[in-house]
Amino acid sequence: MAYRDEKLSEEKVFKDPVHRYVHVRDRVIWDLIGTAEFQRLRRIKQLGTSYLTFHGAEHSRFNHSLGVYEIVRRIIENFQDRPHWNAEERLLSLCAALLHDLGHGPFSHSFEKVFKLDHEDFTQAILLGDTEVNRILNRVEKGFPKKVADVINKTYENKLVVSVISSQIDADRMDYLQRDAYFTGVSYGHFDMERILRVMRPMEDQVVVKESGMHAVEDYIMSRYQMYWQVYFHPVTRSAEVILTKILHRAKELYEEGYTFKLDPVHFMSFFRGQPTLKEYLALDEAVVLYYFQTWMEEDDGVLSDLCQRFVNRRLFKYIEFNPNAQMNEWMELYKLFTKAGLNPDYYLVVDSSSDLPYDFYRPGEEGERLPIHLLQPNGELKELSRLSDIVESISGKKRTDHKLYIPLDLLEDMSNRSKTKKRIMEILFG
Amino acid sequence: MLEKHAKLMQFFSSTEEIVGRKKLQKMIYILKKCEIPFEEKYQFHFYGPYSEELTLRVEEMCNLGFINETREEKKNYYQYRYQLTESGREFLKHYEMNLPPLTRHIEEMNGRSSRFLELVSTMLFFEDLPKEEISEKVFTVKSAQNYTDKDIEDGWKFIESLRSIH
Repeated sequence: MAYRDEKLSEEKVFKDPVHRYVHVRDRVIWDLIGTAEFQRLRRIKQLGTSYLTFHGAEHSRFNHSLGVYEIVRRIIENFQDRPHWNAEERLLSLCAALLHDLGHGPFSHSFEKVFKLDHEDFTQAILLGDTEVNRILNRVEKGFPKKVADVINKTYENKLVVSVISSQIDADRMDYLQRDAYFTGVSYGHFDMERILRVMRPMEDQVVVKESGMHAVEDYIMSRYQMYWQVYFHPVTRSAEVILTKILHRAKELYEEGYTFKLDPVHFMSFFRGQPTLKEYLALDEAVVLYYFQTWMEEDDGVLSDLCQRFVNRRLFKYIEFNPNAQMNEWMELYKLFTKAGLNPDYYLVVDSSSDLPYDFYRPGEEGERLPIHLLQPNGELKELSRLSDIVESISGKKRTDHKLYIPLDLLEDMSNRSKTKKRIMEILFG
Repeated sequence: MLEKHAKLMQFFSSTEEIVGRKKLQKMIYILKKCEIPFEEKYQFHFYGPYSEELTLRVEEMCNLGFINETREEKKNYYQYRYQLTESGREFLKHYEMNLPPLTRHIEEMNGRSSRFLELVSTMLFFEDLPKEEISEKVFTVKSAQNYTDKDIEDGWKFIESLRSIH
């Protein structure tokens, strides 16, 4: 029997708190889960620094990847024998679902920002490079790794397959919304996924939803909206993210200045130089990063050690709402005052904007801008969701951006030195 | 603060207006591929390269009053127009931008349809492939657009002319 068709003698199941069970019958999927590159995802948290706000949010990209695979498996079950669905694409879809986040690094978002990396490039590199994953995919068929890479990169010729894994209502989002809600413990984020899966229909180049399932989709959109504000954009998580980003900036800056670290940061060297190889990239997981943060707490550089202590011991920056348009002059004055007070403003006076975060809202958008969610009407016509749903229409036009100013309030309140300057800073910040 | 926003504002300050979000998306991507250092991250989507970061940043600039967005109802969809406001111009004065002049690039692109810019940005997305493979890839991923060999040829000429602007 060809490797691509091989089945396990008995179905394997993973117990899962969101989907109850994740079912694996294909030998290829089972082998992929066992690779070093996929197991590494156990050491990358799905929600990055959110665990400092929601203590339950310790789940990993491993959990999420299995969840996305399981949802796609169920979608395909439903699509079998329906028009437009090609059964030959089954294994490809399952592999792409399982591996879609393979290139995520530790605290991905901050790392990418500071070291100018893109986890999607590393996903491609893992799929196509000298890796255990690549060897398994190659056994399926010559050219199969490239097909999986194309689906994940959204450049695969069959857009229906891409749409199952990545679109405005896809397996990726349906898993992470429910999983993140479960692990953070928030009460929003839940929706009737079973219903959505039942009313999803394959079309020539996209997945659509029967109009009768509109209310389940509304529920999904509302969950997405609430999760963004309550979990993903949480100001305390953003504070942790700001500090993390500043730690990485500081360490890189010190390296570039020729600073001698007490412990050689060997795992970071290639990142500081800007060219990590795949092997070096894969060797850096969150356990390693947190180990360095522990050691850097003892560094002679005051900024680096202070920031690391803040992160490790959760002594985060405080925030105030900030309007960059109305408060530009105040910001310029604060910048000077922070310097005068001995607080490097590049590290201790930080404006964080909602666009700094990697999450998106549902937007109907403009024609040809981005594919929206389409409802399939009984007459076979497609209509964009917000044209039929008052609920979605009403949240589509809302203001969804904000800016916050992050500051080390504890250092500003310490009046043992430069008290006059600090008092002026406090006046500007709090009136 | 807001350096990435300021770069985008400089883009808007180089033209009277931009009509259409799709056009805006493709223009910034094409400029990035012409070595103009915009920092928005792009991914390939149904209609070619698309940046959620750009969408959010433009929304932020509108909410801050730096950009004016006008929504116009078309037959089955909305279209959006963008113009830099006086507040935006004032804000921009605080920044020393090192971007090269963009007026000519923008004029060239504004004169083309969003369908053509979708083609050009898609070609640029696959730029690392050999040239003949790029055409093949474009015909595959953009089959619904029915681009022709002539369109692709025009696309290459257009890219060349944009890149030769100094």
